[in-house]
Amino acid sequence: MIKAIVKENAYNDSVTLMLISREVQKLEGVEEVLVGMGTELNLDLVKTMDMFVPELEGVTPNDLFIAARYDESKVSMENLVAAFNEEMNKKKESGSGDYQPPTLDSALTHLQGANMVVISIPGEYAAEEAENALRQGLNVMMFSDNVKIEDELRLKKIAVEKGLLMMGPDCGTAIINGVPLCFANVVRPGKIGLVGASGTGTQEITVLVHQQGVGFSQVIGTGGRDLSEEIGGLMMIQGIEALMADPETEVIVLVSKPPAASVEKKIYDLVKKTDKPVVIDFIGGDADSIKEAGAYPCLSLEDAARKAVALARGEETVDFDGFDADETEINQMVEEAVTKLKPDQKYLRGLYTGGTLTDEAIKYLGENHEIYSNIPLTPDRDIKHLENMKGHICLDLGEDQFTRGRPHPMIDPMTRTEFFESDVDASTAVILVDVVLGYGSYVDPAGAVVESLEKAREKIAAAGKDFVVVASVTGTDQDPQNLNESIKTLEEAGVVVMPSNAQAVRLVDRIMKAAAL
Amino acid sequence: MQFIEDANKKALEIIQNAQPTLVGMGIARDTVPGMHDKLVLHAGPPITWEKMSGPLRGAVVGGLIYEGLASNPDEAAELAASGEIEYSPCHHHDAVGPMAGVVTASMPVFIVENKSEGNFAYCTMNEGLGKVLRFGAYEQSVIDHLKWMEKTLYPIMKEALEIYGPMDIKNLMAQSVQMGDECHNRNKATTSLFIREIVSSILQTDSSKEDQIKVIDFLNSNDHFTLNLSMPAAKASLEPVGKVENSTIVYTMCRNGTEFGIRVAALGDRWFTAPAEIIDGLYFPGYSMEDANPDIGDSSITETLGLGGFSMATAPAIVQFVGGTPQDAINYTTQMYEITTEESGSYKLPPMNFRGSPTGIDIRKVVDTQILPVINSGIAHKDAGVGQVGAGVVNPPMKCFEDALEAYVALLEKEGMLE
Amino acid sequence: MSLNDLFTKELKVVNMGLESFYDDLKKQNVSAIHVQWKPSAGGDKKMSSLLSRLKGSK
Repeated sequence: MIKAIVKENAYNDSVTLMLISREVQKLEGVEEVLVGMGTELNLDLVKTMDMFVPELEGVTPNDLFIAARYDESKVSMENLVAAFNEEMNKKKESGSGDYQPPTLDSALTHLQGANMVVISIPGEYAAEEAENALRQGLNVMMFSDNVKIEDELRLKKIAVEKGLLMMGPDCGTAIINGVPLCFANVVRPGKIGLVGASGTGTQEITVLVHQQGVGFSQVIGTGGRDLSEEIGGLMMIQGIEALMADPETEVIVLVSKPPAASVEKKIYDLVKKTDKPVVIDFIGGDADSIKEAGAYPCLSLEDAARKAVALARGEETVDFDGFDADETEINQMVEEAVTKLKPDQKYLRGLYTGGTLTDEAIKYLGENHEIYSNIPLTPDRDIKHLENMKGHICLDLGEDQFTRGRPHPMIDPMTRTEFFESDVDASTAVILVDVVLGYGSYVDPAGAVVESLEKAREKIAAAGKDFVVVASVTGTDQDPQNLNESIKTLEEAGVVVMPSNAQAVRLVDRIMKAAAL
Repeated sequence: MQFIEDANKKALEIIQNAQPTLVGMGIARDTVPGMHDKLVLHAGPPITWEKMSGPLRGAVVGGLIYEGLASNPDEAAELAASGEIEYSPCHHHDAVGPMAGVVTASMPVFIVENKSEGNFAYCTMNEGLGKVLRFGAYEQSVIDHLKWMEKTLYPIMKEALEIYGPMDIKNLMAQSVQMGDECHNRNKATTSLFIREIVSSILQTDSSKEDQIKVIDFLNSNDHFTLNLSMPAAKASLEPVGKVENSTIVYTMCRNGTEFGIRVAALGDRWFTAPAEIIDGLYFPGYSMEDANPDIGDSSITETLGLGGFSMATAPAIVQFVGGTPQDAINYTTQMYEITTEESGSYKLPPMNFRGSPTGIDIRKVVDTQILPVINSGIAHKDAGVGQVGAGVVNPPMKCFEDALEAYVALLEKEGMLE
Repeated sequence: MSLNDLFTKELKVVNMGLESFYDDLKKQNVSAIHVQWKPSAGGDKKMSSLLSRLKGSK
């Protein structure tokens, strides 16, 4: 039975609805359910799921619908609606009862002295709201993506003119005045200032700095497109200038994918003007030009963190591309891993939630192995060219193609769970994952990975096989998810937890070489 | 755009400076503009006999019997459908009526003058609870009671008011909203203040002690007596807004039991209507939504002014009917600020830190935020004469505001006011 | 106000969109408010374009 019901004028944000969808799906007899607003996107999704029924004709983006395919002998639409209402009420009860105004202007009358607006509404509306905020002298952080590049340029120009932050679009991580915004970890205050165009890249650096006992003055996000030719690095430059002038900041760190050439030059010119040491991780970028600009190039996100820490302490910087553990220990770990594998276990499965962490993995592993991905190094390594998944893959599960109609995998582990189910099998040798903690992230990412892993293990246990699983945990001791508990959960499940993504990747590289994968 | 803000400012000035004053009473025939013996006024936007719901039809039948135009309900119904009787909204005659809101020529009315603009508004006296005309009852007891109101209550009230002099209704309401009333569904404090003001004058009228006692007892028995004063007070305050060009402020909201209608300043006397809704509220034991008539009455003129549901925060007793807590009542009022223009300079609400009530509904804000005005209303049984079956919160249909917005933009375009 | 001025002030945040971001801020006792955002006119394109006609230059 396929049925749908419509509730008019019942707007709710997409993530809330997706999470409720998932809970309703758990009802026995429900094959498939989609709860969403009547947007074109969602209606297309319903069609793809073969659930477009006549009740959905004429549905508008202001209407909420529940469409489901279910076994009517086990469950009814009434049951589904009741479950939906129960979930909605849970949300309401847990709410603080604080007044929630309908517009930004109204919010500003209720919150005197507001100075930051965090925007995560659908992309087509985000630019207008951001402009309203900037024009009223407020700083903006925009998590929304699918914003036109012309709009981004216009917004950033307004921000620069007014001396305001326009972090985004597509900016997920910032820590301003010590407050973690959107997806960010809790780190101590300190002397390092960071400007980043990449979310998990920023997160990795901040947690590693914190773990070494140092802290941050400001962590400014720019959004993924800031260093493109069209945008010209406007926010990166604004951020660098602010950190140059900031008395609390003594060391500056920049992190991004390699910028457009003209933008790169602008940044180097600016960097030359400051006496403060500048660490630059343009992931995979050209080290020599960074040195020429008087800045410190990096071999990895971890290396960037270590160099920043050294500079903050007034010490010499040292290139780090090894391990914390000594060679003996590492060799032992590699041996144990290789011994675990049976001859027909051949492939790597890198299942990542963070884009930059994926990138770091692919760039390193891609030097010596053929790594297929949805964000490949070269077009011929695009995953669509890989037949039957017979090859090494390393996926960024947070990319658009995997997040259509579902929350980002950092918020909800379901996507990665599904990939464990579909892409991990008896031919898998090594599994590589990131586990990202911090605000914005799922309540127990480590637990979710372990759950998926045990299910995958059940599949191959009969053949007396096991996987080699390597992970790193991007988190601090102050994050809402307990860092030590997370590591413990993983280790108890036989996961090798490395101190950083870079080290996890390097270990995997060694294992793959030793096992001739 | 600036000219719209300027126009709205003008409209708000009119509302804020209004001085609704009870200046006397009269018989509808001689007092209400355009009244005549074959005219029946009703609540809400224009409607024909064919489209009228149960309570309104019942009230029309009762009105015709009361006027002596028919001697029994069947005759009255036949007459009502014959085409001989003219029907017109109270609003078209400077009047307002609660529930069915039927006014016929012989009925006595309050005369409320808006001293700041010189316009008038009229309303009959509230009959009380139980089987009454405004809920569509037309049995003999209803007619008899109406006759008592015309022959005994009216002359005493009229004379008492002459003795008392003009009574400032705004002042009464400004006090009562600080005493737990919102002047639509909760009128106990306003009625108490009114009785306190008028009782001495009643005792000074040239009438028998027996009648005076009956009058005072009647006033005392009916908490909602002053609803029929707060309504014309609101009407008188708002009506001049209907002449302010280019203003997007709503100056009328009303229902006839079938349709909900609004009027907007810039669009003059044009009605924007849509089907009236069934109220989601608390039903008295034995009744449910199935028994309810769609929303009916001119009493939402109080919300149009910023009282009633808009001031719910100040009337915690009302929350039983909205099934909530005093915090919910505060949240309702807080939401209304999102769709209005200014805070009232006169009606200050203690639970809102004495903020003035949300005043001046702007159709742009309603459509933009999708927040609809909230109306506290009684629910009538759908059958004539059964009476009130519950109370709750109801919204006007969004369509009224969308249609008005569309008409407004078209008007401005026609006048070349938009680039 | 320059960016460096922001660095000296207490952060006060208006959150518009995913309510979980607001919940996280409240957990940390950050001064914040959540906007119950809806697209203009609830996403109705005809109505929102009528509203835009009335906005003109501020």
